[in-house]
Amino acid sequence: MGNVPSAVKHCLSYQQLLREHLWIGDSVAGALDPAQETTQLSGLPEYVKIVEVGPRDGLQNEKVIVPTDIKIEFINQLSQTGLSVIEVTSFVSSRWVPQVAAGATEISVFGAASESFSKKNINCSIEESMEKFEEVVKSARHMNIPARGYVSCALGCPYEGNITPQKVTEVSKRLYGMGCYEISLGDTIGVGTPGSMKRMLESVMKEIPPSALAVHCHDTYGQALANILTALQMGINTADSAVSGLGGCPYAKGASGNVATEDLIYMLNGLGLNTGVNLYKVMEAGDFICKAVNKTTSSKVAQASFNA
Amino acid sequence: MATTRKILPRRLVGLASLRAVSTSSVGTFPKRVKIVEVGARDGLQNEKNFVSTSTKIKLIDMLSEAGLPVIEATSFVSPKWVPQMADNAEVLKGIQKFPGINYPVLTPNIKGFQAAVAAGAKEVSVFVAASELFTKRNVNCSIDESLQRSDEILRAARAAAIPVRGYVSCVLGCPYEGKISPAQVAEVTKKMYSMGCYEISLGDTIGVGTPGIMKDMLSAVMHEVPVAALAVHCHDTYGQALANTLMALQMGVSVVDSSVAGLGGCPYAQGASGNLATEDLVYMLSGLGIHTGVNLQKLLEAGTFICQALNRKTSSKVAQATCKLSTRRSLLQKGGKRQERLGLSPSLPDPSLSEKPGGLRVLLPHGPTGSGVECLGVPWNPAPWCSGPTSG
Repeated sequence: MGNVPSAVKHCLSYQQLLREHLWIGDSVAGALDPAQETTQLSGLPEYVKIVEVGPRDGLQNEKVIVPTDIKIEFINQLSQTGLSVIEVTSFVSSRWVPQVAAGATEISVFGAASESFSKKNINCSIEESMEKFEEVVKSARHMNIPARGYVSCALGCPYEGNITPQKVTEVSKRLYGMGCYEISLGDTIGVGTPGSMKRMLESVMKEIPPSALAVHCHDTYGQALANILTALQMGINTADSAVSGLGGCPYAKGASGNVATEDLIYMLNGLGLNTGVNLYKVMEAGDFICKAVNKTTSSKVAQASFNA
Repeated sequence: MATTRKILPRRLVGLASLRAVSTSSVGTFPKRVKIVEVGARDGLQNEKNFVSTSTKIKLIDMLSEAGLPVIEATSFVSPKWVPQMADNAEVLKGIQKFPGINYPVLTPNIKGFQAAVAAGAKEVSVFVAASELFTKRNVNCSIDESLQRSDEILRAARAAAIPVRGYVSCVLGCPYEGKISPAQVAEVTKKMYSMGCYEISLGDTIGVGTPGIMKDMLSAVMHEVPVAALAVHCHDTYGQALANTLMALQMGVSVVDSSVAGLGGCPYAQGASGNLATEDLVYMLSGLGIHTGVNLQKLLEAGTFICQALNRKTSSKVAQATCKLSTRRSLLQKGGKRQERLGLSPSLPDPSLSEKPGGLRVLLPHGPTGSGVECLGVPWNPAPWCSGPTSG
């Protein structure tokens, strides 16, 4: 930048930019204003589903225990934003499925593409975990409850390092084959870059249609949005994120974890992609939960907007 | 396979229009990227407290050690406007000039240019904006007048055989005007190029851009100026910098500006972040197998140094994650149980873990089969990019 005086405040606030300059985009209730000029990169899906994992993945990794009434209020606020999927479930064992079935609309199972991670995380090998998941997913299907599969360490493992795309494909295919409707490929420690994302997806997409795939990128090394953009360019149209970027990385204390939903929506809006989500409302929910757990938001959009 | 799945409440509506995505554009990148480090100027300029001359010199020397090919050293602007740059001549004279590294300085007017040359500058930079209002508010004249001023400097520079780099601000949006048309950016850039700038850095000054807008803008500019003469300067105010930079690389841009530790806030949104952090950029480029010539470990050391000096936290995510590796190592040493190490501040590496001088240990990639290995914190790709100053 040029010689800008240090305090220049007579400019458009972010809220003003959003309202009056629709080129930044504010997709509300699933329909973009046709009069709005949007820039759409060719080859991208028109609609992107955001799976909000803040209440589960996010809060689970926050140190502060969040009181139940705060959690409920948080989830209620998120429900008003237009987000079509808000994850609140935890990992269940087959014994618990009947109890969970009472209230659950969906369950998730968590596999890993790394043997070491699998052993250290859930104390069994990949093969053993798949056998357990088959039981869970089968029971869930009997009750007409859809199951989502997660594959951790899709772009790298904190213990093994490199994870081959073939291994990710093998595990994903297993989960898909047993009945998971969608497989979320997780860059658990955020080490992936667009190159490794592309190679992994090329391999997985040979076996599983892109419509059944999602990416779950962590922002530990600041690569999340670049990796998600790559996934979108490859034909993926579902991405997981957490409002305010809730949830640190358990493998690097103090490092960031999930990609912030606000920042993801900002990018998708700017790309002219339909998400059905109201960015303002997500920012409000983010502001609420950050105040409640007494932490600074990890969302850059929120940082820019609330301080402007 | 026979499956019964419950249909989700909101079925994806965009599937029918999904075109087969050609993955060739996804994977096409330049083999080498030149990083222009602007932390010592653009970064420090936006810091509130005055940074001592010796600290500035040490920072630039450390950045040189890290192998950055271009390091913007200072700005020959009136200290009345930018007090941080009041010691410009001293800084330029005091830094070590490594062979093969350029140290451009900003020269907003002919007076600044003359002072820069007197202080030994071998390369200068000039600024214009793609927005009339921004130019008016910033330098109190029109775009045309500001181009004329730049032309004056370019003619003097040509006579002195000094190369000039041009900057165009507000290429993806303006804090006053809002939307900026790609055609407007193309016109200004074309003029700068034809006046003699060897390279033009296109700046998303308030960081509002997203990859589609970046693509549109670059498409327009590339009709007028060869891509080899273009650079991008993305701000991370809305977290979009790396994604925007990725798009620019896919378009063929091979020069990227960034700032160590993401130094420099955004003056338009108090508290918001500004520049793209060099560490995070290098991380992505290395992961893509793109040669930069930068030693990430030494770069991290420079970032740690300046953050300590400024008493602030780094804005680089790579730095934040890497500094915590001591905790990870102890996780493994204790057999995987989560034992907390006594907290390290983000900017103080634990000397007991150091294997290299300077104290900061960056774990190198192990092979793909590694068993019972250490917890890794850097990207593992075939190129051992972090093993030496000229690696990439």
